Amino acid sequence: MITNHSVAVEFKRVMKSFGTKHVLSDVSFQIGHGQALCLLGRSGTGKSVTLKMIMALMRPDSGEVWVDQDNVVGMGEHRLSLVRKKLGYLFQDAALFDSLTLYENLALPLSRLTKKTKDEIDDVIQRVLDDVGLGTEGAKYPAALSGGMKKRAGLARALVLEPKILLADEPSSGLDRITASEIDELLTRRKTEHGTALIIVTHDVHGARRVADKVAVLDKGNLVAFGSVEEVSQSDNDVARRLITE
Amino acid sequence: MRWLSRLFEFVGKIGLFSLRVLIDWLKPPLEFAQFSRQLAEVGNKSLALVVVSGFALGAVMTLHTRSTLVTFGATAMIPAVQAVSFFVEIGPLVAGLLLAGRVGSGIGAVLANMRASEQIDAIESLSIDSFKFLVVPRVLACVIALPFLTLFMDFAGLLGGFLSEELSSHIAPALYLNRAFDYLQWSNFIAPTLKTAVFGFIIGSVSSYFGYTTDKGAQGVGEAATNSVVVSSLLIIVADVLLIKCIFFLFPDTAI
Repeated sequence: MITNHSVAVEFKRVMKSFGTKHVLSDVSFQIGHGQALCLLGRSGTGKSVTLKMIMALMRPDSGEVWVDQDNVVGMGEHRLSLVRKKLGYLFQDAALFDSLTLYENLALPLSRLTKKTKDEIDDVIQRVLDDVGLGTEGAKYPAALSGGMKKRAGLARALVLEPKILLADEPSSGLDRITASEIDELLTRRKTEHGTALIIVTHDVHGARRVADKVAVLDKGNLVAFGSVEEVSQSDNDVARRLITE
Repeated sequence: MRWLSRLFEFVGKIGLFSLRVLIDWLKPPLEFAQFSRQLAEVGNKSLALVVVSGFALGAVMTLHTRSTLVTFGATAMIPAVQAVSFFVEIGPLVAGLLLAGRVGSGIGAVLANMRASEQIDAIESLSIDSFKFLVVPRVLACVIALPFLTLFMDFAGLLGGFLSEELSSHIAPALYLNRAFDYLQWSNFIAPTLKTAVFGFIIGSVSSYFGYTTDKGAQGVGEAATNSVVVSSLLIIVADVLLIKCIFFLFPDTAI
């Protein structure tokens, strides 16, 4: 159990349904600052929904979602915007804005949410792009980037405001092993060097083993296993064990 | 009865969406950069379509009018008929319908694609109000651009009509213009041109509604584009009837 002041994200008895389909049933877990949690599970088991609830892009039917000591369920837009500044979100397909260059994609949150000058913004963008290996690609539009570059660009945008908590939806999907491991290295570095909490939805067990301090396994809307990779690999639950070991 | 309740639900949703546009319009920040971008998209990129269509329509209309008026020996009325019909009705309505096709489908498809590819979620995740950032500038751009585009259509139609008439009767430009504006009053010109701002609001709000609220992924992109054009066009025609009644009420002299 994490002591209360260090909790980055906590779910308390969260339930969510779409029509008659229960996507999350009574899910509870918590993750601390500076820790990495990998959410594993078969497709359609509510992993991405979990991330969207943390960002308050979706609201649960019942339960509480705590982000750094704030319950985001039912929170007003103004307070929500303050909480969201603590969060970074790497979307599955990067979700870069098509009509903006990579530079403009990163400049948008900086110019709107900070009081940085143009030169300071340029410096931050160059540093973040260098960090993800896209230092010379700022003038390109998303359509001109490869799949791996888009993922890196999405990660750069998610990191540009220095979030305390980073949410990543399948950061290595569709990538070759080398690029996937480079993305994992970037995420791990973020955790160790900046103390950023990571919550990563993934199907990549190798990646989860490299990055995760904790693993949560969702199956049919239920949290069937939670713990370290070793603990989950010895779980009583067949799905959880097979996901980790096979 | 089920379709009726669905119709009311749909009308209510579009009504609330449009109301939110009006409310958010006045709230800071003004999103000037987005508005400029959208104004260029709606205005500049539609200009060629509007001018060419107006020119062709003006020329064709003169050819048809001439063949009828020749029978009555009233060919001198051609410039006036051309000007009154274009400025009062054809220009505003055709400009509205053309823009519903070009701009409406574009707005619907772009926003639906942004929804499907999670770009709208990404905007929200950056603490930016996606409605204010994406929808309001688009609607405002349509409202501002449409009256100006209508003017271009009106004058292009007049030019097309003149060239067509010049080829038939070698009429002098000054005489054509003199006859064209003989029967036009300011109220014939200003009210119908300004009513296209309402058409712009309809195009912007309806198209944004279909694009912004879709939840059908890639399939929703095509649906949003089609629905934007169909519903915008339909509402423009219905609004035109109501607005003409309003114009006649406010400017009784224009009711011929």
